[in-house]
Amino acid sequence: MTSLQQAQPTQFSRILAIGAERGELVVTNDDIAGPIDSSDEWIRQRTGIVTRRRAGADKDMLDLAEAASNRALAAAGLTGADIDAVILSTITHMHMTPSAAAILAERIGATPAAAYDVSAACAGYAYGIGQADALVRSGLARHVLVIGAEKLSEIIDPTDRSISFLLGDGAGAAIVGPSDTPGIGPTVWGSDGSKATAIRQTHSWTELREDPSLGWPTLRQDGQTVFKWASFQMAPVAEKAMAEAGVTAQDIQVFIPHQANMRIIDQMKKQLGLPDTVVIARDIAETGNTSAASIPLAAERLLSEGQANSGDLALQIGFGAGLVYAAQVVVLP
Amino acid sequence: MANTDQEILEGLAEIVAEETGLDTADVLLEKSFTDDLDIDSLSMMTIVTHAEDKFGVRIPDEEVKNLATVGDAVSFIKGAQD
Repeated sequence: MTSLQQAQPTQFSRILAIGAERGELVVTNDDIAGPIDSSDEWIRQRTGIVTRRRAGADKDMLDLAEAASNRALAAAGLTGADIDAVILSTITHMHMTPSAAAILAERIGATPAAAYDVSAACAGYAYGIGQADALVRSGLARHVLVIGAEKLSEIIDPTDRSISFLLGDGAGAAIVGPSDTPGIGPTVWGSDGSKATAIRQTHSWTELREDPSLGWPTLRQDGQTVFKWASFQMAPVAEKAMAEAGVTAQDIQVFIPHQANMRIIDQMKKQLGLPDTVVIARDIAETGNTSAASIPLAAERLLSEGQANSGDLALQIGFGAGLVYAAQVVVLP
Repeated sequence: MANTDQEILEGLAEIVAEETGLDTADVLLEKSFTDDLDIDSLSMMTIVTHAEDKFGVRIPDEEVKNLATVGDAVSFIKGAQD
């Protein structure tokens, strides 16, 4: 009898390159404070956000994803033809089908790569890195393109005081491939659907069909609930990711949490007991909260500005609507 | 083990002082968290989380808005311990 062959595994994987694209518009707090009866000072104090980047009407989420992906490919010295799988995380693809990933794969010349979307909101990039790591080491793919891309300005309500004023548009892409040395620690991930309404779409498409007066659905969050969950329940997840990677807080050189709110970032640093020598990603101040794109955008800023270096050990953690979360320790490309 | 009102007040004052930089002596039963102590909603969630750990109680998120004064928080924690 002929014996079945399985994919031949490879021992290690790593992130080969990162590419970024931010919305071209710089939106200040003063620009958006009026409809929410707020102020620049209040927004800075509560969120640490000074500006957020948004894309104009002529660009959609896929345009941002394409630009970031092409930059990552160029940085890795690869072309679309080298990509075996495209994993795109977004909550702002405006078609329920087909997937954005399949369209992106075609646009960047990655056809016929496997392509699929991930719905894990602000944890989507870390979910994607975890999947890419598994695909590469299992031998199912050699090079995987992971993208977090959002045009969140499509689903904001200018009068909403809960989340809309935090949000920005952008895309971050990473290419994961085989490595001679370990480059991606075990992903610690999970979900808590009991808090499914903590970050939510105002109403469903069927509700809109039944009652068109509801208008375009937008995002809302229970800010205090999310703050408490993220600030205090995500630190143990990050600690587990470090433990499973065989490192401690003293070994970490860079901390790249999802850029949700500067106050959450500061509280997580405190909870994790990270030494002051650890470089903390604070891209939220200029870019705003870009959901799945925030971790790669923040990483790209640290690398391009020289605050972090290739080879640094970085702890990254994404967390958001679901609720869902994922963390892993990676070697920066 | 249940704490006395005075023990809860003192423990809470330490938590508030740590979060805000205020003196523990300023944290009195009649003080309003927002109006007197200038504690915003996010700092309040931090204080609540530390209070849950310190006193071994659970303070539901939807309950936090009802805790207007330090005395309200002491009463809630006492009730939750009993």
